[in-house]
Amino acid sequence: MPTSMTARSAKRGSAGNYGFFGDDHGTGGASQRVYVTGMIIALGGILMFFMALTSAWVVRRGLMAPDWESVRWPAILWLDTLILAASSVTLARSRHCLAAGHSEEYRQWWGVTTILGLLFLAGQLSAWRQMSNAGLSLASNPASSFFYVFTAAHGLHILGGIAALLLVAFHSPRHLAPATASRVVALYWHFLGAIWVLIFALLIVEG
Amino acid sequence: MNSADSTLQASSGRPLGFLRRYLFSTDHKIIGLQYFFLALVAVTVAIILSLLMRFHLVWPAAHLPFTSGGIMTPEQYLALVTMHGSIMVFFVLNTAPQSAFGNYFLPLQIGAPDMAFPRLNMLSFWLTLAAFLVMLSAFFVPAGAPISGWTAYPPLSGINDATGPGEGLGQSLWLVGILIFGVGSLLGSINFISTTIDLRAPGLTLMRMPLTVWAWFVTAILSLLAFAVLFAGGILLMLDRVAGTSFFLPAGLVVSGELEMHGGGSPLLWQHLFWFFGHPEVYIAILPGMGVVSHVLANFSRKPVFGYRAMVLALGTIGFLGFTLWGHHMFVSGMNPYSSLVFSFLTLSIGVPSAVKTFNWLGTLWGGKLQFPAPMLFAVGFVSFFVTGGLSGIFLAQPTLDTELHATYYVVAHFHIVMGVAAIFGIFAATYYWFPKMFGRKMNEALGKLHFWLTFAGAYSIFLPMHFVGIAGGVRRYADSTGAMYLAALQPLHLFMTIAAFSTAAAQLIFFYNFFASLNRGKPVSANPWNATTLEWATTWPPAHGNFAGQFPSVHRGPYEYSVPGASEDFLPQHLPEDASAPHDGEQNHAN
Repeated sequence: MPTSMTARSAKRGSAGNYGFFGDDHGTGGASQRVYVTGMIIALGGILMFFMALTSAWVVRRGLMAPDWESVRWPAILWLDTLILAASSVTLARSRHCLAAGHSEEYRQWWGVTTILGLLFLAGQLSAWRQMSNAGLSLASNPASSFFYVFTAAHGLHILGGIAALLLVAFHSPRHLAPATASRVVALYWHFLGAIWVLIFALLIVEG
Repeated sequence: MNSADSTLQASSGRPLGFLRRYLFSTDHKIIGLQYFFLALVAVTVAIILSLLMRFHLVWPAAHLPFTSGGIMTPEQYLALVTMHGSIMVFFVLNTAPQSAFGNYFLPLQIGAPDMAFPRLNMLSFWLTLAAFLVMLSAFFVPAGAPISGWTAYPPLSGINDATGPGEGLGQSLWLVGILIFGVGSLLGSINFISTTIDLRAPGLTLMRMPLTVWAWFVTAILSLLAFAVLFAGGILLMLDRVAGTSFFLPAGLVVSGELEMHGGGSPLLWQHLFWFFGHPEVYIAILPGMGVVSHVLANFSRKPVFGYRAMVLALGTIGFLGFTLWGHHMFVSGMNPYSSLVFSFLTLSIGVPSAVKTFNWLGTLWGGKLQFPAPMLFAVGFVSFFVTGGLSGIFLAQPTLDTELHATYYVVAHFHIVMGVAAIFGIFAATYYWFPKMFGRKMNEALGKLHFWLTFAGAYSIFLPMHFVGIAGGVRRYADSTGAMYLAALQPLHLFMTIAAFSTAAAQLIFFYNFFASLNRGKPVSANPWNATTLEWATTWPPAHGNFAGQFPSVHRGPYEYSVPGASEDFLPQHLPEDASAPHDGEQNHAN
C-alpha cells in the first residue's frame, strides 16, 4: 500500500499522509477527497445490495419451480438501455468540458445528462405500464416479481442520481468544489449504468 | 453531506442552543453518547425480557401480571425470545461497541475534528432510534410481538397472522424496524470507513493506528457489506408478506388448514441471505471488543501489544473468513454434505486467527507490570469468555455434532458466551476505561471490582450449566420443558440458571448506580489518568466541538509505546515529538 511507504519516509511527522487513494497533503485535499472516498464506499454497499438480489434471482431461477413463466420484456427496455448509455457519454463529455474550463458547455452537457436520466425513468414507467397491461403484476409470477423489484430498486437509485444532478446544477453544496461534485455524481451515475446493464442482461438471457 | 471542516466553522461561531447541542448535534462525541444511552435503555429492556423467560422456564404455571389470563402462553414466550434476541443483537451488541464508542473515540484517536460526514452521522443515529421505537412498538399492537425469532425464518415470518399471533402487524413492524436499522448502519459504516481512510493525523500511518481503530474500521467494512444483503433480503420478505410474491414461500403450503396461494419459493433462500448477513453480524458485535481489549491490556500491562501486526492481520482475516462460513448455521437444513464439509473447514479455520489473538493477548500480559483496575479486569474477563465460547464453537463447527446439538441449549450457551457475554465485557471494559474521557471523572473502583466479580461469576453460573442441559437434549425455544420426563429431569439446572440470571441482573444495578453517581460525584481526573499513549488522551477534558481546539496533533510513533527502554516515563504518547521524548514532564505535555 503506497500510503504506508510514503508515511514511513515521512517518519518525522512533518508531512501529512492521508488516505489510500492519493498523496495530497494537508486537510484541504483531504476534505475534498473524502467525498470521493465516501461515494466509492457507498457504491460498495449498493453493489452488495444488487448482488444479493441477483443471487436471490439465480437461486430462485435455479429451483426450476413450475411457477416461473418466461416473460417477453417490453421492447422499450432496449431503447432505455441506449438512453442510459448515452447519458453516461454526455456526462463524461460534460466533465471533460469542466476540466477544460468551458463552463458553458459543461452546463449544457450536464443538462442533457439530466434530461436523458428523466427520459430513462419515463421509459421504465412505460415498460411497467406495458407489463401491467399484459396482466403481469408484481405477484403474477417470480419472473415478473424480480422484474419489478430490480427496476424499482434501480429506478429509485436513478431518481437519487437525478436529484444529485439537479442539486449540483442549481445549488451546489458550499463545501464541494465543482470538480469534486461532478466527480462524485459521475462515479454514481456510471455505476448505475453498469448495474442496469447487468440487470438487463440477466433478464434477457435467462428471464 | 457536510465535511468535517464545517464543524470547525460551526464551533467558532455563536454558541449552539440546547437542542442543537444535545439533541440534534452533529458532534461525533454527542452522537456517540446518544448511541450509548440508547444501548443502555435497550439492554435494560432486553434483560427484563430474558428474566421473564428464565422465570417462566422454572415456574411455567406462575401468574404474571401482563399476560392474558395470568399465564404466559407459548406464543408469548416466543415473542420474548424474538424481541430479546433482536434488541440485544441490534441495539446493544451492534450499537454500543461500534456506534457508541466508535463514534466517540475513532475521530479522537486518529486526531480528526469529527467524522467525515457529521450530518450523515446524526441521521444514522436518528434512524437507529426510530428503528428501536418501531421494533419495540410491536409489543403494543393487539396480537403482540412476532414469534419467529431474530432470524425470522419463513414461511412462519412470511405470511400473516395465520401462522401465529404476532405474525401479522407485529412481524411487519419488526421487519420495518430492521430495514430502518439497516439504513442507519449502512450510512454509519460509510462514515467510519471514509473517516479512517481520509482524516488521519499527519504521521498516523495505518500501522500506527490503535487496534481499536483497526477494529472499528474492519467492523464498518463488515457492516457495509452485510447490512446491504440483509436489506435486500428484508425487502423480498416484506413483499412476500404484503404483496403476494413468493420469493421464500414454497408451493402447497397449508397453514391452519388452508392452502396458501403462494408457490415455488424457497425458505432456504432466506436462510442463505439472512446468514450471509447474520454471521458477519456476530463479528460486528465482537471485533470492537477485541480492539478495546488489546488497547486496555497494553495500557495496564505497561507493555506494547504483543505482535501488533499479527493482531491487525488477524482482525482482517476474521473479517474476511466471516463472510465465507454462513452455511454452518444451516447444517441441519438438508444441505449437501460436501457443502457442509467446506463450511465446516472454513469455520474451523477461523480458530487460527482467533488463537493468534488470544495468544497475543496473553503475550501482552506476560511479564508486564500488571495493574488491575476495573477496565483491566473486564478485559481479562473478555479473554476468558472468548476462549470458553470459542471452544464450544469447535464442536458446533462439525456437522455431525451440530446435527445433535443444533436445536438445544448447547447452541444458546455457545453464542451467549462468545457473542453476548464476551462482547458485553468488552463494552464494560470500554465504559470503565473511557469514562474519564467522556465525563471528566473516574467511576468508583471498589464498586467496579465488585461489579466485575459478581458479573464474572454470575455469567459463568448462567451459561456453563446450559451446555450440560444442551448435551442432555434440552430443547431450545420450548416455553415449558416440564412435560417430558427427560426434560423434567433437567429442571434443577434450570432453577440454578434462573437464580444465577436474577443475581447477575441484580449485580448490574451496581453498575448503573456507579455510572450515574460518578457522573457528578466521581473523582475528578487529569486529562490522561491512565498514563496512556494514544491521541484521545492528547486533548483536554471535555474535548471541545472540533476536538483539538484547532491544535491538531501529528503522530510520531506507534500506538503502544509503553516501558520503552531509556525513556524518562513508562509511556510515550503518540503525538510527542521524538526529540522531546527523553526528558519530558508527562502532565504538561499531554494535557495541552
